[in-house]
This record gives sequence, structure tokens and C-alpha cells, in this order.
Amino acid sequence: MTARSFLVRGLVVGLLAGLASFLVAYTVGEPQVDVAISLEESAPAGATTEADDGHTHSHADDGDAEEGVTEVGRGTQRTWGLLTGTLAVGVALGGIVGLVAAATVGRLGRLTPRQSTATVSAIGFTSFALVPFLKYPATPPAVGSGDTIGDRTAWYFGLVLLSVVVAVLATLVAVRLAETYGAFTGVVGGAGLYVAAMALTALLLPTVNEVGAFPADTLWYFRLSSLLTLATLWTAIGVGLTGVVGRLHERSVAAQSRRELAASL
Amino acid sequence: MSSAVATPVPEVEIPSIPLAEIAPWALFFGLLGTLVLFFISADQGAISLPAGTAIHEWVHDGRHLLGYPCH
Repeated sequence: MTARSFLVRGLVVGLLAGLASFLVAYTVGEPQVDVAISLEESAPAGATTEADDGHTHSHADDGDAEEGVTEVGRGTQRTWGLLTGTLAVGVALGGIVGLVAAATVGRLGRLTPRQSTATVSAIGFTSFALVPFLKYPATPPAVGSGDTIGDRTAWYFGLVLLSVVVAVLATLVAVRLAETYGAFTGVVGGAGLYVAAMALTALLLPTVNEVGAFPADTLWYFRLSSLLTLATLWTAIGVGLTGVVGRLHERSVAAQSRRELAASL
Repeated sequence: MSSAVATPVPEVEIPSIPLAEIAPWALFFGLLGTLVLFFISADQGAISLPAGTAIHEWVHDGRHLLGYPCH
């Protein structure tokens, strides 16, 4: 087991996870994006909060001759564009999770490589995707003011960064507590620390509500499909990586015992 | 039944990978992965490198459905 073997497996699993999340996003998410864009189109000028932010949803009849604006057709955005996004994010996250899994092998109490990899994936999903989503949920097209995109981007990624850092620290605390007081106290202590710190952070960060008159059912279905997309991506990374790391470990144990047997002869 | 208490937990040796061996991989791929995530999730939204809207437009739907602030 080497860093390289974990990275390669993470990248491959991430690619497949990206493909799986594309299928989910395309099937359950795209219909909601289409509804949101048709609402945006049919709204009278200035009625939506996103009246003039220089952003287009790519229609040839827009007559948008603005300098530097590149238009990509909806047919491309909802297929190749979406696939590009999910595959790239899948590969990047898969590789990162793979390397973190490599670093945690043998360092999370007495967890086996398979168990520690599953733990890393679960913590990754919670801290990188789920908790940021709970505070700043995904917004469909037509929701969100172009004037606040700078602030919203800063708050979102600030929350993601803090959430990941706090999750790492809470895990270190959990490992230390488990050494002295046992696994139950360690896990509850570490998880409690993370939840308390993130609850306080979420209370202190500004709330964004730019939904306006956007229909509640479309918003709910869109957010549900977005959460399903993220859950698919992380579940596929977690299950896939846990499986291949387990096999990697079994192979290295078998090789080790063969060497010991050979040495004893 | 008191004998069960005395049974020690078997020490299972789990090999770990030296952090010094992981560090160069983590540094290189951490930067690369972060860069990829940035271009997919945030570029040409609040910050634009390079200027224009081509990347934003291309990954538009992915950005919305993966939960990133798009516009």
C-alpha cells in the first residue's frame, strides 16, 4: 500500500462516481433546471431578481452582442456541459479522498484500512457537501441576484473551508479521546464538537433568501435533485474506494504472509 | 462469566503509510484538485480567470446541480 496506489484508485473511482452522478443529475435534476429557465424566460423584464447580471441562458434570439459573452446552447449545457462538471469534480474529489484515506490507514484507532476509508468518505460527504448545503442550499437558475454573487460565493466557500478544517480537527480529537476513554466517547465527543462548531458558524453567517416568487414545488424538487446528485457522487466514491482499498489491503497482507512463510523455510 | 472480562482485545497490526511519503503526492494533487474544483465550481462567477463566460456557460448546469453558487 503506497500513496500512489491510493491516488490511482481514487482517480478511477472518482471518474466512475462522476459518471453515476451525471446520470442522476441528468435524470432528476435537468427537468427542474428546464422548468426554472422557462420561468425565467417567461417572466416580464425586471420581474425576477436576476434581471441584468450579464448572464445568459444561451438563446440565439437574445440578441446579446455583449463583448466577451460566450453562448453555449441549452442542449450542450444539459449534456456535455453537465458531464464535464460531474466528471471533473468526481475525479478531483476521488483523488483527494484517496490520498486522505492513504494518510488515515492505521491512524484511526484500530480501524482496518477498509473501515478508515469508509469513515473518511462519510466525513468528506458531511463536511464538504451536506453541511454547506444545509446552510446555503443549491439554487436553480432564476433564483439569486447577480449583485450578491460575490458575497454568496465568499460565504459558501468560506463555510466549506471551515467545515473541512473543523472536521479534520474533530477527527483528531475523536482519535485522542478514543485512546483514553474508548470508541464511544471518542466518536460522540468528536462528532459533538463538529456539530456544535458548525451550528454556531451557521448561526453567525448571513442567511441568503433570494427566492422571491419562485414556485416552491420547483425549488424543492430542484434542491432534492441537487442533494441526490451530491449524495450519489459521494456514495459512489465512498463505496468504490472502500471496496478497492479493502482488496488492496488483503493483497498486501497475503503478500506479507507469503514472504514470512518463504523466510521461515 | 468473569473470565470474559479478562480476555484482552487482540492487537491487530495495521500498517500505516509514512506521512513523509504521502506529502509530495498530497501537495501536488491537492493543488491540482483544488484548481480543477475552482474552475468547475466558481470561475467566471465572482472571480474570472480568464475573463469571459465560456467556462461558466459550459459547466453551468453542473454548477447549479452540484450546489455551487452559480449566479
